[in-house]
Amino acid sequence: MFQQDLQNADCIIVMGSNMAECHPVGFRWVMKARERGATIIHIDPRFTRTSAMSDQHVAIRSGSDIAFLGGLVNYIIQHDRWFKEYVHAYTNASTIVSSDFKGAEELDGLFSGFDPAKREYATTSWAYDGTLAPPPRAGSPTNPNGGHAAAGPPTPAVDFRVRPPKTDPTLQHPRCVFQILKRHYARYTPDMVSRVCGCSPEEFERVAKTLCDNSGRERTSSFCYAVGWTQHTVGVQYIRTASIVQALLGNMGRPGGGILALRGHASIQGSTDVPTLYHLLPGYLPSPSAADPQHDTLDGWVASTMPTTGWWANGRKYMVSLLKMWYGDAATPENQWGYEYLPKSVGDHSHIPMFKAMSDDVIKGFMCIGQNPAAGGQNAIYNRAAMAHLDWFVVRDLFRIETAEFWKAPDIPDPSVINTEVFFLPSTSVTESEGSFTNTQRMLQWHDKGAEPTDDCRSDLWFTHHLYKRLRKLYEGSADPRDAAFLAMTWNLDIDGPMQEPKALDVLAEINGWTTADRVPVQTFLDLKDDGSTSCGVWIYTGVAPAPGVNKAQARVADAYTSLGWGFAWPANRRTLYNRASADPDGKPWSERKRYVWWDETQKKWVGYDVPDYPATKAPSSKGDWAKGGMDALDGSTAFIMQRDGKAWLYAPSGLVDGPLPAHYEPWETGVKNPLYGTQQNPVAKVWNIVGNRYIDAGDPNYPIVITTYRLTEHHLSGPMSRWSPWLTELQPEMFIEISPELAAEKGIENVGWCTVYTPRAAIECKALVTRRLKPFTIAGQRIHQAGAPFHWSWAGVVTGGNANDLIALVADPNVTIHEGKAFMCQIVAGRKQAEILATLPDQTRPLPLVGRREKRAAESAIDEGIELAERVGRYLPLDHPEGVYHG
Amino acid sequence: MAKGFYTDTTACIGCKACQVACHQWNDIPAAEGGRTELSGDSYDNTQTLSAENWRHVKFIEQINEDRTQEGFLQGSRWLMMSDVCKHCVHAACLEVCPTGAIIRTEFDSVFIQQDACNGCRACVAACPFGVVDIGRDGKAHKCTMCYDRLQNGREPACAQACPTESIRFGDIPDLMALADARVAQLQAQHINAYVYGKSDIVGGLNAFYVLVDEPHVYGLPEKPELASKNVDEGFALSGVAAAALAVTGLVSFRKSRMDEKAAAEAEDHP
Repeated sequence: MFQQDLQNADCIIVMGSNMAECHPVGFRWVMKARERGATIIHIDPRFTRTSAMSDQHVAIRSGSDIAFLGGLVNYIIQHDRWFKEYVHAYTNASTIVSSDFKGAEELDGLFSGFDPAKREYATTSWAYDGTLAPPPRAGSPTNPNGGHAAAGPPTPAVDFRVRPPKTDPTLQHPRCVFQILKRHYARYTPDMVSRVCGCSPEEFERVAKTLCDNSGRERTSSFCYAVGWTQHTVGVQYIRTASIVQALLGNMGRPGGGILALRGHASIQGSTDVPTLYHLLPGYLPSPSAADPQHDTLDGWVASTMPTTGWWANGRKYMVSLLKMWYGDAATPENQWGYEYLPKSVGDHSHIPMFKAMSDDVIKGFMCIGQNPAAGGQNAIYNRAAMAHLDWFVVRDLFRIETAEFWKAPDIPDPSVINTEVFFLPSTSVTESEGSFTNTQRMLQWHDKGAEPTDDCRSDLWFTHHLYKRLRKLYEGSADPRDAAFLAMTWNLDIDGPMQEPKALDVLAEINGWTTADRVPVQTFLDLKDDGSTSCGVWIYTGVAPAPGVNKAQARVADAYTSLGWGFAWPANRRTLYNRASADPDGKPWSERKRYVWWDETQKKWVGYDVPDYPATKAPSSKGDWAKGGMDALDGSTAFIMQRDGKAWLYAPSGLVDGPLPAHYEPWETGVKNPLYGTQQNPVAKVWNIVGNRYIDAGDPNYPIVITTYRLTEHHLSGPMSRWSPWLTELQPEMFIEISPELAAEKGIENVGWCTVYTPRAAIECKALVTRRLKPFTIAGQRIHQAGAPFHWSWAGVVTGGNANDLIALVADPNVTIHEGKAFMCQIVAGRKQAEILATLPDQTRPLPLVGRREKRAAESAIDEGIELAERVGRYLPLDHPEGVYHG
Repeated sequence: MAKGFYTDTTACIGCKACQVACHQWNDIPAAEGGRTELSGDSYDNTQTLSAENWRHVKFIEQINEDRTQEGFLQGSRWLMMSDVCKHCVHAACLEVCPTGAIIRTEFDSVFIQQDACNGCRACVAACPFGVVDIGRDGKAHKCTMCYDRLQNGREPACAQACPTESIRFGDIPDLMALADARVAQLQAQHINAYVYGKSDIVGGLNAFYVLVDEPHVYGLPEKPELASKNVDEGFALSGVAAAALAVTGLVSFRKSRMDEKAAAEAEDHP
């Protein structure tokens, strides 16, 4: 959904977010909803600036959200409040699951397929009944495990064209999704929610009733979330639970309904769409992986990653068009359109493993552009120490941020042992360059250049272009096969203007895409082909620049509602995704009050207030035929077209590594034994048992206080964009930790008095803000204190202070490796005691380079051994595989 | 047509964009070079209006001990209010200014002309809201209602920056109608809301508020008074005193004359 649509919600729940604090401008739409009579609920460990605007604030312990949301699922089912017609038509409630599947109720918190030695799940038992290809006989030509030179065409393991899912429309089958869901959440009663979360059963039921009363045909409700939900070892499952709630209530794809993901930077949405992520290619195409032998070929990659039914059956066209844009004439049918040139990942290369690789001297050089890991990285001390291992390091930023001068960190006593050569290349600010932002509702908005930069400041466009040109010269004439990919790259940009940099509009044209032969811009991704005749940088953005001189990101025509004339939202300028679901299976709006997109029988097409998220002329009455594949496999009432069965997934048969259904696990660091299951934590969470990262055991009395981290309106992230601006620093000048009066009394800490906060990893000194906006919880009969600290401070800037990120451990969600920064444990004592406490901490990161020559040789030979092993066994292991070489 | 601010404090999220926009537009430097101190007073580290802070957001935590909340602004709550010069209809600062530096503009706002101010501080003492302050340059400073922006057809910087339209700028009668409607809406939800700044407050405030608690909770005076409040009474009492002095003087003179006469007669007839 889009932020402006919040004004149409009848109830808004802000959870895992402090929206008024962190998205103050977007929050105006919540205020508009309230003006129209909507109920606003804020669920958060603290009473914040968002709570001040809400009708009800419910305090819950950090890290207990799945229990609360699972409680909502149970309430909805038990009280029969689910939107029946919607659930029947638009969700997979009736789909029957494999008889091999066993869930958390049977396995005390685990799911079937868990391998405790490998700490991972084999997920085949989670599939829909009868949809998996029978296992091939070993040695057969189509054996997918037969090594790189597999004979015969690659076949997908799941192909609904030949093995479609089975359903029970009566929802009675014991293995249909609805019954599995019901059993899974049966113990998430209001009393259980109270035990796990610390709120009262009455508070919980008040929320549940309000939400249910505001959902259905005539009313819709929305959730708004941010990193309070994502930064957990079960972060992805948090969001899954909310989507189950919203699918059961029929809020997805409806006006004023759905889930709004509040992203944390002006263009971070853009940075995942056109990604700087190791596992994604532009437009959310999965990056090829060396761990999957099917990814050796383009055909294999398509078979392995692209469903054969639903919209993603078009995936090959997007991949070929992308390759054509990147490799131009060097992409031919003979070389699989240049697929061979793409680098393949050999493991998890996200932030934490990347810094571990630096620490282990595997990564020698690093370019850090617009980021501040020395202060903003989780376990920031570890990040700083890792950078000390680099040979060379380029920093591009507006200020000499902590990362740019990481050797000046207070915990690095003697920088003279650091051999890193650091280059600081000053960048322009946003107003000194032109380009686009993609905001939290997928909308591109262009920004013009307001002023020319001064001195040596240059834009990222300038930097990347000139870096490419110089590297290209250096690689010229090389016959090394390893350099072929770089030499094959196209570079369609020319430099212009006083800054001698490429025009951002030229980049936008590549992103939009054109016909290969004559560079006519593509109008929509419907026109993209897999025969090399189209080239396209980012298929989801196609349509932003559909003709020469036309830049829809620059459009500024607003209206009272969807404002389709303002900016360009991907895909195809749709503002609300899956809006087919705003009409019933016959194509009529569920109610007049919630009319959004509907089928026009006269014009024989979908019309409405938004661009329909559906094939324009596919009638509601059209029948699906699985054998035909693609969109023809789905009938006219399947709204969730990106799923291979066209349904909203209450149960996820594939795609996640830690379970088809969310279960409450305690955070990795907690003071509480999991009241719901014997399985204490996410059994497949990513952990790093390394020096400088000692974890706190569950219930360790030395660290009894639950702590969360958060933002203040006055500051931004780790400080580069706010702690250098006096107009902002005067508003919030000092680091502090917020504690309840009850905790303050126990610890003898006064308001604005100094205290020391510490974990096994680090100790920081800061002042305390004593406030009733925090309170102690009773969890499973135990009194547990909750504290909170903003994470904006570090040692560089107009104002400086203790860094909350130093305290956090490296532990992450296994699906996307996001760190757990929102729920961990600590100890707090009165007074400035950092020096004396540091001396007692069991596992401080030693700040100096640890790896001497002997360790370096050992690491290098371990890698050689690993490659040899892989060649012997006939397959590569991912670098983070327990059997793999590199425990990154 | 009088123009001014209507601030609905129930829509304030305490973001302080108003404070920053004011500093930026008027090019006022941050206090202490930006290195102020944590006050401990909720999220308010500015603490007071001053020569350098012409907008100041106040935070009032009213969380009860058992942390219960019955509804919006009922039970536990956190009040936020962006304080500013009230641009009073009867402005005490304007009344007492000896040089005529303080004037009423064509927008009915109260403006201190810097070149005519001699730093005498009469206005600082007179203002019942504690708004005016002497700056480093020895002159009196306060919110100008962005006079320069108004003269160019723009609204004040704070009103433009406010993301939730808590601060609204416009014609006073229109704004007052909005405020009355908002008060009615809140009272229907059993919230004790009212407008602070109708004519009962120093003749009316051209920067008025919808509040939900007593004025003193927000640090505002219940019944602010003008410096000139005692003037009429003072004149009258002076008149009475003058009359009393005159009568006493006359009586005393007559008595003295009578005594003289009596003494002269006694000399003549021993």
